[in-house]
Amino acid sequence: MSDKIEFKAPDLTVVLIYMALVAIGWMSIYSTQNDSATAIFDFYNLSKKHGTQLLWAMIALLTAVAVMIISKRFYPVFANHMYVAAIFLLLLTLVIGTEIKSSKSWLNIGIIRFQPSELAKLATSLALARLLGLHEFKLNSLLNWLKTIAIIVLPMGLILLQKDWGSALVFVSFFFVLYRQGMSGWVLTFMAFTIALFIFSLLFPLIWIISGIALASILLIWMTYHRNKQMLIRISAFGAASFAAGIIYKYAAGSDIEYDKLIAAAVGAAVVGNIVFCLLWRKKVKRFVAIFFFCSTALVYSVDYVYDNVLQPHHRSRIEDMLGIKEDKKNAGYNVYQSKIAIGSGGLTGKGFLHGTQTKLNFVPEQSTDFIFCTIGEEWGFAGSFTVVALFVTLFIRLIVLAERQKTPFSKIYGYCVVSIMFFHFAINIAMTIGLAPVIGIPLPFISAGGSSLWSFTVLLFIFLKLDSTNK
Amino acid sequence: MTAQRNIMLIIVTVACILLIRLFSIQIIDESYKITAVNNAFRYDVEYPARGIIYDRNGKILVENITAYDIMITPRDLGNVDTAELCTVFQLSTEEVRNIFRGLGKNRDYRAFTFLKQITPEKYALFRERADRFQGFYSVVRTMRTYPRDIGGNVLGYIQEVDTSVINRDSYYRSGDYVGVSGIEESYETVLRGKKGISIYLRDSRNRIVEPYENGRFDTAAVPGRDIISSIDGDLQEYVQTLMRNKLGSVVAIEPSTGEVLALVSSPTFNPAMLSGPDRQQNYSVMVADPTKPMFNRAIMSPQPPGSTFKLVNGLIGLDEGTLTPATTCYCGGHYPYGRGVACHGHSSPVNFVRSIMVSCNTYYCYAFRNILENKKYLSPDSALTVWRDKVLRFGFARQLGIDLPNEKTGIVASKNLYDKYYGINRWNPLSIISLAIGQGEIGATTLQMANMAALIANRGFYYIPHIVKTVGAGENIAPEYYDRQYSGIDEKYFEYTVEGMHMATTGAEGTAWRARVPDIEVCGKTGTAQNPHGRNHSVFVCFAPKNDPKIAIAAFVENSGAGGSYAAPIASLVLEKYLKGKVTRTDLEQYILNMKLVEQ
Repeated sequence: MSDKIEFKAPDLTVVLIYMALVAIGWMSIYSTQNDSATAIFDFYNLSKKHGTQLLWAMIALLTAVAVMIISKRFYPVFANHMYVAAIFLLLLTLVIGTEIKSSKSWLNIGIIRFQPSELAKLATSLALARLLGLHEFKLNSLLNWLKTIAIIVLPMGLILLQKDWGSALVFVSFFFVLYRQGMSGWVLTFMAFTIALFIFSLLFPLIWIISGIALASILLIWMTYHRNKQMLIRISAFGAASFAAGIIYKYAAGSDIEYDKLIAAAVGAAVVGNIVFCLLWRKKVKRFVAIFFFCSTALVYSVDYVYDNVLQPHHRSRIEDMLGIKEDKKNAGYNVYQSKIAIGSGGLTGKGFLHGTQTKLNFVPEQSTDFIFCTIGEEWGFAGSFTVVALFVTLFIRLIVLAERQKTPFSKIYGYCVVSIMFFHFAINIAMTIGLAPVIGIPLPFISAGGSSLWSFTVLLFIFLKLDSTNK
Repeated sequence: MTAQRNIMLIIVTVACILLIRLFSIQIIDESYKITAVNNAFRYDVEYPARGIIYDRNGKILVENITAYDIMITPRDLGNVDTAELCTVFQLSTEEVRNIFRGLGKNRDYRAFTFLKQITPEKYALFRERADRFQGFYSVVRTMRTYPRDIGGNVLGYIQEVDTSVINRDSYYRSGDYVGVSGIEESYETVLRGKKGISIYLRDSRNRIVEPYENGRFDTAAVPGRDIISSIDGDLQEYVQTLMRNKLGSVVAIEPSTGEVLALVSSPTFNPAMLSGPDRQQNYSVMVADPTKPMFNRAIMSPQPPGSTFKLVNGLIGLDEGTLTPATTCYCGGHYPYGRGVACHGHSSPVNFVRSIMVSCNTYYCYAFRNILENKKYLSPDSALTVWRDKVLRFGFARQLGIDLPNEKTGIVASKNLYDKYYGINRWNPLSIISLAIGQGEIGATTLQMANMAALIANRGFYYIPHIVKTVGAGENIAPEYYDRQYSGIDEKYFEYTVEGMHMATTGAEGTAWRARVPDIEVCGKTGTAQNPHGRNHSVFVCFAPKNDPKIAIAAFVENSGAGGSYAAPIASLVLEKYLKGKVTRTDLEQYILNMKLVEQ
């Protein structure tokens, strides 16, 4: 239990990938500030973005060394303190923060300006690792669940209050960690299903979504009851009966209801009828089918409400643009359209370092930060994009392998936190630049320009490397 | 652990989705690359001066003057006094308002054209007050100008390219000009030169950032090359004067080279009308004109050659041996077989030379029938095919290949046509006897008739008629224009034909006596193309001097009457003007000038 200074070499693979990514990032930032004709070697010019990025890279490196020197025992012990500090900073930001691009997420301290939300990711990771890593802590009681969720939701909520939707969404990635720690896979499935339902209900008429859910329910019932013939007959009977009733109603009452609605109603009635039948006659019914059906239906009906009342207009237009509901190359869709042009024009090997035209001529907004991937795609082509994606995937896989070999639950959980956060950033950022995700302003780890982002990702990563290095 | 494996699986799956998408937009889909180029590059074009066209004597037919396009950059547009704008550019308030209404709320950096091709005078006015027209600027363009009002149909005109031209030839961009008829069209690539281009990178707001790659890919404009036309400007002008108030065309060729000395289609138009800002208006007026001034009758309007075609039939007959120079024929005023063909009163009998002089219909009906009933060929069908092939070698029923666009082929009846018309084996030489005298299923352009005259003048060959002598610094045009095209008929037979044509102008009963020119041995042949719709068309072909032909002419005057009365005097005046430099027969000249066959 000595706090003496210790230094053990960190994992070489991770460090090499880290340095490669930082180098690629710096080159891309340099490229957004210069072009082939005017390029001068002013690496250290602090009035330019590549200059400050270089400075930040140095600071990050020094911090990394410091992290490697500080005892690993420091982190579990002070995890909660850091968490509290982060929450405090988030609150402070809400009060005295600087508003940039409609989100009040920046804190000015003298000459340095940084986003406490970056720190919050780190602190939350530590706090979560500390909580989940406690001896005998299992995600099986309501209290434990509440504690866990509270740790995640508290900073997330504060960041939402700053209107920084992107950073807040990052906290959703902690569900990967929970999944690793024993949370049922159904939760992840449910989340994926929710997102899918959300998208479908924006794209297709409500009636078809409900029919789809009903059909899926019938399939589920049939499968879970070991292909029970009786069940199938019952369902068919309910369906046919309600369809016939619908037809009679249509003609008897002279209603002008359409056939597709009748069919949809019949399918729904078949499911509901079967569930009610099972409940009344105490037949065994798998609860989750009923839950699935009613929850999904409720969710679909709530989508419109959430969409119109919770989301803000610019969120709506970004989602609509991504889904291709509204073609809008000028306003909401401009960024993504120009971003796709930049990346798409790169071809196989790209236009060459400093030869990108789309990014240089400011067609792509935020080209050094959130849309930095455009420069890579344009100047290095598919070869470059592939390399970056491959580097990230290798990094993640390596980190998971490292996490799995940790001796303490704290280190392992923390490792998963690091992977989850970085993976979320990576996937959403790149997906957004190629139109696969709505525009969510979160940076690409290690590559996007921005000191606080680079610094906090470095610290996030190296704390884990420190934890790992002493485990060997 | 399944959780660990599943998380890895999720990571890899997501990465694969990203890579598939990247692969599709970076490698499969080309549209992003095109959009990127359009996005980032601005091409500034330097327009070269178009080549000048001279006549054969070095006098300018077409040249350029500087004109200015006035452009507006909406972004920079200041408050402009509409009244002042109207004064400077001589526009009505309404016109200016319309232009600005079209502009709407556009505040782009992208410029648009406010006015096209304004004159240097207006431009000078504009420059004086440029400080009051913030957001306006000018681009130098050239405009075609014509020192003399001649050769509208020959020179053609230029106009802004439309989408069909742009799609056909990638050289052209919207706003470019292209030659659309006459020499301007057929020598477009010579005249247009090469546009210079400066490539700039522009940013997302269309502001120029810098020259692309320091101008490595920029090119300077190459001026268009000049053209020396074979047209004799003075002759062309004289012919146009003679043809005023008449429908028809005159073509004059130098037999020894095939160079076209004058090519007049009447009525014609002043080429200056189709240049400059009033172009569109003038164009609409001309298109609506029922006399079709823009239609080049000389090469686009095939008509029956009438009796001038007897020259060809006579030569083919001599060549086939079914006719000899000594063959005589009694003419009782008509050809008595079949439906009969009338002739006019002349002394009888006639031999070959006299048959041309008096233009005896009967003689040529016998001659043509003999060609078709030649025992050498199994049937009149095959004889007709042989005859037709020979006619084609005179340049009929096909494009001669003059270096002007839209030349028509004309027709000469073929076996197939008659088989279709009468039925197979349902026709005989008598059914088609009108071909003997150049009527019926035969049509030739005035150019083809002039070419026939040149061929006879040369005693058996011609050069493909062409309207351009040299391009650039005396370079030859296409090589085929310097090759002799032989008729395949022995030179010796031509002497009889030439003698007949000479007699026609000089002999006592010569039909072409009006074409007689003092001191010049003129050879000519009249023709009257029967016109079922009105008065006959008057045709005349001639060349002179007889033994050293300098000029061959075909004249075609629509709805006038017999060939001797109208076309012949016109052709002879042209001939005299060209060979002597002046016209001595002022009475005849005055008679022609006063002749009004159509209101213009």
